[in-house]
Amino acid sequence: MNNSIMHNKTIADIIAGLDSGEFTSVEITQHYLKRIQQLDSTYNSYITVNEASALAQAEAADKRRAEGNAPAFCGVPIAHKDIFCTNGVRTSCGSKMLDNFVPPYDATVVENFARAGAVILGKTNMDEFAMGSSNETSFYGPVKNPWDINTVPGGSSGGSATAVAAHLAPGATATDTGGSIRQPAALCGITGLKPTYGRVSRWGMIAFASSLDQGGPMARTAEDCALMLNIMAGFDPKDSTSIDQGVPDYTENLNQSLEGLKVGVPKEYFEEGLNPGTEQAVRDALAELEKQGATLVSISLPHTKLAVPAYYVIAPAEASANLSRFDGARYGYRCEDPKDLRDMYMRTRGEGFGDEVKRRILVGAYCLSAGYYDAYYRKAQQVRRLIKQDFVDAFETVDVIMGPTAPTPAFEFGAKGNDPVAMYLEDIYTIATNLAGLPGMSVPCGFVDNKPVGLQIIGNYFDESRMLNVAHQFQQTTDWHQQAPEGIEVEGIKAGDTE
Amino acid sequence: MEWETVIGLEVHAQLATKSKIFSGASTTFGAEPNTQACALDLAMPGTLPVPNEQAFRYAIMFGLAIDAEIAKTSVFDRKNYFYPDLPKAYQTTQLEKPIVGPGHVEIELVDGTKKSIRIHHAHLEEDAGKSLHEDFHGMSGIDLNRAGTPLVEIVSEPDMSNSEEAVAFAKKLHGIVTSLGICDGEMSQGSMRFDVNISVRKPGEELGTRTETKNLNSFRFMEDAIALEVERQIDLIEDGGRVIQETRLYNGDSKESRSMRSKEEANDYRYFPCPDLLPVVFDDDYIESIRKELPELPDARHDRFVEQYGLSSYDANILSGDASMAQYFETAAKTSGDTKLTANWMMGELSARLNAADLSIKHSPLSAEQLAGMIARITDGTISSKMAKQVFDGLWNSDGDADSIIEAKGLKQVSDSGAIETLVDEVIANSGKQVDNFRNADESKRPKMLGYFVGQIMKASKGQANPQQVNEILLKKLNDLL
Repeated sequence: MNNSIMHNKTIADIIAGLDSGEFTSVEITQHYLKRIQQLDSTYNSYITVNEASALAQAEAADKRRAEGNAPAFCGVPIAHKDIFCTNGVRTSCGSKMLDNFVPPYDATVVENFARAGAVILGKTNMDEFAMGSSNETSFYGPVKNPWDINTVPGGSSGGSATAVAAHLAPGATATDTGGSIRQPAALCGITGLKPTYGRVSRWGMIAFASSLDQGGPMARTAEDCALMLNIMAGFDPKDSTSIDQGVPDYTENLNQSLEGLKVGVPKEYFEEGLNPGTEQAVRDALAELEKQGATLVSISLPHTKLAVPAYYVIAPAEASANLSRFDGARYGYRCEDPKDLRDMYMRTRGEGFGDEVKRRILVGAYCLSAGYYDAYYRKAQQVRRLIKQDFVDAFETVDVIMGPTAPTPAFEFGAKGNDPVAMYLEDIYTIATNLAGLPGMSVPCGFVDNKPVGLQIIGNYFDESRMLNVAHQFQQTTDWHQQAPEGIEVEGIKAGDTE
Repeated sequence: MEWETVIGLEVHAQLATKSKIFSGASTTFGAEPNTQACALDLAMPGTLPVPNEQAFRYAIMFGLAIDAEIAKTSVFDRKNYFYPDLPKAYQTTQLEKPIVGPGHVEIELVDGTKKSIRIHHAHLEEDAGKSLHEDFHGMSGIDLNRAGTPLVEIVSEPDMSNSEEAVAFAKKLHGIVTSLGICDGEMSQGSMRFDVNISVRKPGEELGTRTETKNLNSFRFMEDAIALEVERQIDLIEDGGRVIQETRLYNGDSKESRSMRSKEEANDYRYFPCPDLLPVVFDDDYIESIRKELPELPDARHDRFVEQYGLSSYDANILSGDASMAQYFETAAKTSGDTKLTANWMMGELSARLNAADLSIKHSPLSAEQLAGMIARITDGTISSKMAKQVFDGLWNSDGDADSIIEAKGLKQVSDSGAIETLVDEVIANSGKQVDNFRNADESKRPKMLGYFVGQIMKASKGQANPQQVNEILLKKLNDLL
């Protein structure tokens, strides 16, 4: 990849370029804004673009840098998934319900990037309330996969994934409740990381399923994900589920050798339903790691099949309560001329939510109802403990676990639209880590019919450093992550040619 | 045939924390609507609850005070229902793992009998906001200042069998929480609210269907509401009807109750553990450190009052039960130097006046120091008890001290024995016939005949003569005439 072209630069390249004075933050910000303006009507990866505030942030960043006072991300443009609340900037969560919602506060993740000097290009598109695996449920229309605009980018963080894959942002924040970072990263051929539950503050991140939601980075390389995670991770007293544990420098171990690394390969991740091309790419990637000195260990995660059904009880149950606050009373959408309270509730929620969100609220409310709670919710929590135990047992003998991120490459729009269960099976390999609270990553590892395939790396609790090390080493001897969809590398304006 | 009443209470006490249970907003009562509601209290998207340690501390203090087991692990649940004053559309409360396990308190009745009332559990939860239905042109206003105020909900066993016991239990809890300083006990501001579960049955029969009368915020309303509901249920059954399980509202002004909703059409609250709050674990050291810092509780104070001030058990019960009452009594008794007189005035005139004005002792217009000043003047003979009533009136309506009111009203009683002797001599001289009668009367009848003379002397002194001195001097002079 020609990284003299500004939009081909990784975050690490951008930091180096800003440091050396090769270009300014205003220049690269203008470059990205122009690209977004020219190209995003095709991809629909942004819901909101912050031209004026991005340029103001870039100017301020250049000034700080000139003063010799540049924090880690000073002047680096990134995008935030529209699930993170941004003070004074509309935060829609992909829903009509919040189409008019402008929060008076920043999410902790947003605040952390602001403190680190980042420039926020805009807010990326997403499945409504992060419910979806194809980005087709967004109120703002589907996002197109830059590798083939007739296919989905995955979801729910499809906007962030496409923005990064189409070089409309060098990195973007995202969230993962059941695979929403890893699956779109896989389908769009980029690198994405879901941290350990509790590693990144959820404050100001609009809740889907509180016990599963976790924010994380999406970028083109593992190194960039490490740089972003350095900004995102940390204890937050405003989130009681965030964990008070020191944050390492995630770039520190990137260059360690993989000699002696034990890689667990769960047999359940290579069974029926896995696309043969995807399987081949993943097997090849595992062989590559073996060449680097890793040992493959066949393991079993016996409760894998129960992950999807358990998830589709727990996540909707939590969502049914989390989304009850959208009632038209205080903010967000309210139906026209409500007759009375009941009418306001019913029409506001009936008109404000899309079908998938309604489906999950109904499922969740049902699972929690008197008489069904024990059979569904309590049982699902028991299954969740079994799934967690599978991983705890596996990590007794292996350092990381690997397999495919998603069972198939990107599929066409509408392909699974009428079959929610087929859609839910998209997350069959990613959901278990959310239930267990473990960190997971997806890195590009090949193609099937010119569609990217993702290799999933699952780490032990708080072992993000090791996952990043493995991913980075893989990216030192492979170039899957450097591939770009046709035209993306060269399209737009070249470096230094910002006007 | 006799009916038996079975009563259980659910008591909500607002905890006196400075900030809310899950947010940093202030809990001060009476602010402009929605000025004490932050993003979390408004249930803005993305906001998260952070537990207030003080609320847990207070709940544990209560648990220790009622001799209950403190749960090592405390879990919050979400109780889901839609209502505009509940912004998240779920209340964060505790269902399966409440912080305070089973405990008990002892109540004392007017006849001196004691009874132990079991407490099923007490749990922490957040209060809702308020819906305001007036002044909004057919719409409703929502004030979320109260939303998120920490509450401890205390649930009793159905151990009470009449309103006296229920009120005694309620007062006991009021005394405990105010003594602990964990609740300000201001019932008129809603700091303590009582839900009363009532059923009736024939002795020996199974429990009858119960109703719940909600949100009673004074002891008097509670007493009246219980009487009304018991009568309603008995009449209903005796007329061949049946009691349905329902929630009722009592109107203290009209002294009527009405059905709010029946349990048959009740919500399914879809409780589940709140995933935003991890289980809170307390170790023994933490609980023990709280136990060590517990202040004096009503039962201990009762025994001390009996011992230290020589009060009867019943008097001590009244004066020690409520923290403000106890403090008032101790200040007044120590300042006046007369314990018995202080107790009598507090339980008599002061409590009657407070009741009539619907005020708690905390808001008494008459301070303990003012009352003590007045009592000291009774004790030293400056004023009579009768005059003291006028002084009391004066103190009730002003900030002055007893001496200035005595001065202003010219109430000083004449205790100058010379002046009283002159008055006695005058009256004896002008009452020849009565003096003759006295002299001729049988000795046993004489004490009764003194009344006439005392009356005349007091009249002549315009009520200011010291009655005790008048009695002494009169008796001596009349005996001299025998």
